[in-house]
Amino acid sequence: MSRQATGLRAWVLQRISAIYLGIYFIYIIGHFVFDPPDSYQAWSGWLADPFVAVAMLLFFAAVLIHAWVGVRDVLIDYVHPIMARVTLLTLTGLSLIGSGLWVMRTIYLAGATVR
Amino acid sequence: MNSDRPVFLNLVQFHFPIAAVMSVGHRAAGVLMVLTIPFTVYLLDLSLMGPEGYEKARVTLQLGLVKLALLLALWALMHHLLAGIRFLLIDFDIGVGKAAGRRSAILVMVLAPFLALGVGALL
Repeated sequence: MSRQATGLRAWVLQRISAIYLGIYFIYIIGHFVFDPPDSYQAWSGWLADPFVAVAMLLFFAAVLIHAWVGVRDVLIDYVHPIMARVTLLTLTGLSLIGSGLWVMRTIYLAGATVR
Repeated sequence: MNSDRPVFLNLVQFHFPIAAVMSVGHRAAGVLMVLTIPFTVYLLDLSLMGPEGYEKARVTLQLGLVKLALLLALWALMHHLLAGIRFLLIDFDIGVGKAAGRRSAILVMVLAPFLALGVGALL
């Protein structure tokens, strides 16, 4: 996708991440309804499964992309003073990246402790 | 020159179409869920810190106010998900048009709270 079509890139990313998020939410809600973890051992053991861990990491990656595109659209539509917009966009970006790094650490440590 | 101008618009008499209300709800629900990300990450981390952390996270999720917030977040998720599916279908030319768009918007608005309550009761 070329530099001239930056809107198209965001549009495509929003839809691809949306589809993964939709499928993951149905899976995770199903898991918690039909097979809820009843102890720390069951919960951390489940997350130590590489498929579960990677699916959750992909989920958070999709959340961060989706949230960034969505919040950016909202801020561009409603916040017009340029300094306020840039400040809010920066804070959003930093907290999204921070949340992503924290989740990577959490899921990595969860796998490392059980091992 | 057009002598009908200026036009007087009575803003009180304006009614937003249901699809517009639903669309604003989609945005509001999205922003609401973005605000829950740091709390979700914190609770996930706490629940995986060890048996005491798991217990703390479990107790936190049972608090009345937290349960209420969870129900609101579940509504946001269901509304955002259903409205999102509707937008994706419209991208594929399904349900385009005033009447169809109105019907699907009503369906989203009605179904989301029911799904939120249903899933909330099961969790």
